[in-house]
Amino acid sequence: MIGAGSRPRLASKARLRVDPRSGKHVLLYPERGLELTETAARIAALCGQGLTVAAIVEKLASAYADAERARIEDEVLTFLRSLDERGLLVFAGEDGGA
Amino acid sequence: MSQEAETEAPRPYTLVAELSYRCPLACGYCSNPLDLDKHTRELDTAAWKRVLGEAAALGVLQVNLTGGEPLVRDDLEELVAAARTLSLYVNLITSGVPLGAARLARLAAAGVDSLQLSVQDTDGEGGRWIAGRDCLSAKLEVAAAARALGLPLTLNVVIHRGNIARVAEFVALAERVGAERLELANTQYLGWALLNREALLPSRAALAEARAVALAARERLRGKIEILFVRPDYDVGRPRACMDGWARRYLVVTPDGTALPCHQAASITTLAFENVRERALGDIWTDSPAFRAFRGEAWMPEPCRSCDERARDFGGCRCQAFALVGDARATDPACDKAPRHDLVVAARLHAERDEPAVRPPIRLRRMRAG
Repeated sequence: MIGAGSRPRLASKARLRVDPRSGKHVLLYPERGLELTETAARIAALCGQGLTVAAIVEKLASAYADAERARIEDEVLTFLRSLDERGLLVFAGEDGGA
Repeated sequence: MSQEAETEAPRPYTLVAELSYRCPLACGYCSNPLDLDKHTRELDTAAWKRVLGEAAALGVLQVNLTGGEPLVRDDLEELVAAARTLSLYVNLITSGVPLGAARLARLAAAGVDSLQLSVQDTDGEGGRWIAGRDCLSAKLEVAAAARALGLPLTLNVVIHRGNIARVAEFVALAERVGAERLELANTQYLGWALLNREALLPSRAALAEARAVALAARERLRGKIEILFVRPDYDVGRPRACMDGWARRYLVVTPDGTALPCHQAASITTLAFENVRERALGDIWTDSPAFRAFRGEAWMPEPCRSCDERARDFGGCRCQAFALVGDARATDPACDKAPRHDLVVAARLHAERDEPAVRPPIRLRRMRAG
């Protein structure tokens, strides 16, 4: 389970880049790709900086000062779970994660 | 990429670059054309670099470097590096024969994002039967080298009557070598595989059992190994969404530079396919009559034209319609609504026979030259 103390980073097979056509971020992995929303792209970029999920939520909360914290938390966890389901995350650190 | 609106112009997301038809293996289900001897004049390095650049300009984000066997090209490292310079996600699809640790390290350094290694069988005799040789130990070495390099590894298995009982062994192998992805794709009965269909098509009971094993493994390994089990369209009763639709997301360039909407398309002899030596890839993609032939829905006959599922399966596989019915516009006979579904039913009934005690001879994919 992904928890507040998990430290997710993108698996080596996943590569984040900008799609020059749409200007949106895409997360590429073997024979697939996900088009990311602006928030999802921010979360993906924050994975791999050694941050815990709580710290990622913190960063987003300061970026989106108007948004409810609970909603941000929910969005972060939902997105990270969807990446984890696809095997696109690895976890570092002992305080949580897989 | 699933969110693209259908109103946008079709955009290729993936370029399948078939670098060479040469291959040390002789798999009896190969997707290369039956007349591959006639296509030995390969594009040179400069031409492939131009193709990669033109593909990226068209919107391609991923390139599958494949063949035949892409390793036979001495310029493979250079082409990988060129693709990465264009920010393409590079899938190297290979038999791993022969691939030493030093060359794999060079390919990884050049920018391979993901290695897809074919495995024919976990049983040596089975490998010899389907591919002409047993090279499992060589593949295990490649897998170990990939793991040492931290290179993401997919094992690609084509499932058929000869190996369908060993899905559990393939899963165990994927776990043992540290693969991140296991693709168990049933044979598509076109080209060489259609020649060998009688020997390759499994019974429904064997398919159901294999699928159950694969699905259980997928649940058990979720988040660790992504396991895909692709059913044969012969079994499903519905056509597969071949290439996500004709000339819609995929672009194939063959070793000699022919641009195709799918690997098999050149088998449709009623269409004329253009070559990147003579015309820019973007123009071929947009304007070539062969690419436009089955785009969208206007070409569809009944029952596809009014079918609820046409937006999901895009009318199925044109190559299969041509191969089985002799008309590329015909409804894919894999569909149980197709007028000629009887062709698939007959093949399937034959597959229900008792297992023979010995492996039947098959037509191995051979090149006379090269």
